[in-house]
Amino acid sequence: MKKLLTAALLSGAAGIALSGAPAARAEVKIGVITSASGPIALVGIPQKNSVALMPKQIGDQPVRYITLDDGSDPTASVKAFKKLIDEEHVDAIIGPSGSPNAMGVIQFAAESGTPMLAPVGTAAVVLPMTEQKKWVFKTTQNDDLIAQALVENMVKRGVKTLGFIGTADPYGENWSKVIGALAEKNGIKVVANERFQRQDTSVTGQGLKILMARPDAVLVAAPGSSSVMPQTTLFDQGYKGQMYQTHGAALDQFLQLGGKKVEGTILAASLMLVLDETPDSHPSKAIAQHYIDAYKTAYGQTPATFGANVYDAGLLLEKAIPAAEQKAQPGTPAFRAALRDALENTHELAATQGVYNMSVEDHSGFDTRGRELITVKDGHWALLK
Amino acid sequence: MNLQIALLLGQDGVTNGAIYALLALSILLVFTVTRILLIPQGEFVTYGALTMATIQAGEPTPLAWLLLALTVTECALDVLARYRAGRGLRVDRGMLGKLAWCAALVISVYHLPLASLPVAAQALLTLCLVVPLGPRLYRLFFQPIAGATPLVLLIVSIAVHVAMVGVGLLLFGPEGARTTPFSQAGLELGPVTLNSQTLWVLALSLVLIIALFLFFGRSLYGKALQATAVNRNGARLMGISPELAGKATFAMAAFIGCLSGILIAPITTLYFDSGFIISLKGFVGAIIGGLVSYPLAALGALAVGLVEAFSMFWASNYKEVIVFTLIIPFLLWRSLRSHHVEEDA
Repeated sequence: MKKLLTAALLSGAAGIALSGAPAARAEVKIGVITSASGPIALVGIPQKNSVALMPKQIGDQPVRYITLDDGSDPTASVKAFKKLIDEEHVDAIIGPSGSPNAMGVIQFAAESGTPMLAPVGTAAVVLPMTEQKKWVFKTTQNDDLIAQALVENMVKRGVKTLGFIGTADPYGENWSKVIGALAEKNGIKVVANERFQRQDTSVTGQGLKILMARPDAVLVAAPGSSSVMPQTTLFDQGYKGQMYQTHGAALDQFLQLGGKKVEGTILAASLMLVLDETPDSHPSKAIAQHYIDAYKTAYGQTPATFGANVYDAGLLLEKAIPAAEQKAQPGTPAFRAALRDALENTHELAATQGVYNMSVEDHSGFDTRGRELITVKDGHWALLK
Repeated sequence: MNLQIALLLGQDGVTNGAIYALLALSILLVFTVTRILLIPQGEFVTYGALTMATIQAGEPTPLAWLLLALTVTECALDVLARYRAGRGLRVDRGMLGKLAWCAALVISVYHLPLASLPVAAQALLTLCLVVPLGPRLYRLFFQPIAGATPLVLLIVSIAVHVAMVGVGLLLFGPEGARTTPFSQAGLELGPVTLNSQTLWVLALSLVLIIALFLFFGRSLYGKALQATAVNRNGARLMGISPELAGKATFAMAAFIGCLSGILIAPITTLYFDSGFIISLKGFVGAIIGGLVSYPLAALGALAVGLVEAFSMFWASNYKEVIVFTLIIPFLLWRSLRSHHVEEDA
């Protein structure tokens, strides 16, 4: 034992001597919190899987990822967050997966001065910008960016009245707010505004209420496969108007569960669903293809967009870490502050979801290259033309 | 609101209510016989529905391995218990039968052309896989503490529930699933078309309720279970094995849960964690029946289904609030009316 220890010490000392003091680089530690179990596991599992695909070496700097699971529980997120900051002294944190989970940890990110990259749906983590939210960056498209695309399409199609049904959680609530304001601006009247729970076994009542209001189009705002049931219910009840979905429905599961009943649905989401049809000139195409291929090789299935949001966080860090390194050593508060500044200065970074241009005001950084109008055609995703 | 909408909502409420009624009966049954509040009742529903979906997708379900593992553990414990009691190391025919059953299931999920089987065969296979989980769970987690207070049993029950939800995530993945309906036809009834699946749910629920009624009223085993429910010690003195009673009720609970799952899987998307909220509504029904009366529990559950359907029309935001608030007046009424009787220990 003693011998071993001495050997280890010696070799350690030799290592330091060889590499020379200034070049001795501490590794960069990045904490990742996902909800790989519990109610939102469908979001968390592809995110956890994506961590293994992220860069392990940035420049000549080794990167270590410390992945924790919060079981979809906001209290557990806070615990995991504090553990990463106090015990592991991480330089940045990616996560948590859920909107309520992310809202709960922002203050701790700000207190400890740790940049946090949240792959969550709600824009509330970065808007309105406050002193605390300065530390938060968001790797998903803001709801209003997606909503604008949808509303533009509605206007083009002459939609005058809209029915809305969303989940009774921050996702649905925020969409209700965003779409209400946008629709009003464009002369569209929201004639029905309903809520449902992800686990509901039936949405007949909400469906009937929407039917009675006779809207020209209906928008369903729900994350993951819960977005299917309202639409199939309306189909069964004989609704004939145009159906819209949010980027929450951008999963292959949506097609499987919905079958023929979701044919013709219009939604706006990142280009990942329609890569084959995206022109090669799109800056994100090659990167998204690379990510999908790597994920398929590792796990034998196509990744959900949620995974790509975490992967993008890795790409943002890959770009920002070398810049921060020039100012301070990893593991110090100065490095974390420099990292935050570098992230905020991200300029024209192409990633899987679109192109990021961060600014002091905009910590999500997407433009129209981060969304495509997509429709369901013959049971497959297709670019809407 | 016009007649047609009321009818549509009523149909929806009765369909869900029928499922809640089945679960309420099952919760009541388990509670009266074993004093366990069966929180994992809903997991039998999701396991049934998701296993059915896996079978329809033509994939071998890993549930067979779980069943095999539980059975092997159970047999090992039984052998050990017997050895400790000084009866030597011996494997009896019952154990071999159970193990052979599980092995046969593992082989059949890997070798049968699952996706092309007729729906009835798929449902049967699902039942064969899920129902034995009931007695296994009883043997492993509840039998060793069968004499504990109801509170301890409740806590263990919650633990089993949480564990089963986690295992469900591992077995079936996080995504929701849906199965194909038994048949496509519908029944025109005035202004409303009755969905064929609704008819299946109603018919099978009714058959099951009548079967349960006959079983408890007429058969010797049923009467034995009822005797255990009335007085455990007395029943034991009459030669009724509490272990057998426990396993039998758990098997019935698993059967009812699994069947409910198979029935509703074509009309709704179920997730690995959907079971709890469904069984909770059954539980509200059972509470309305005071946790003693079967007909009242069934009616209560039906009422829960209807209230749920109409509240999701009027106030979809507050649906769950309305449904679960129902329990408060009933609890008040019950506690004011009943005289508390200490159970003889």
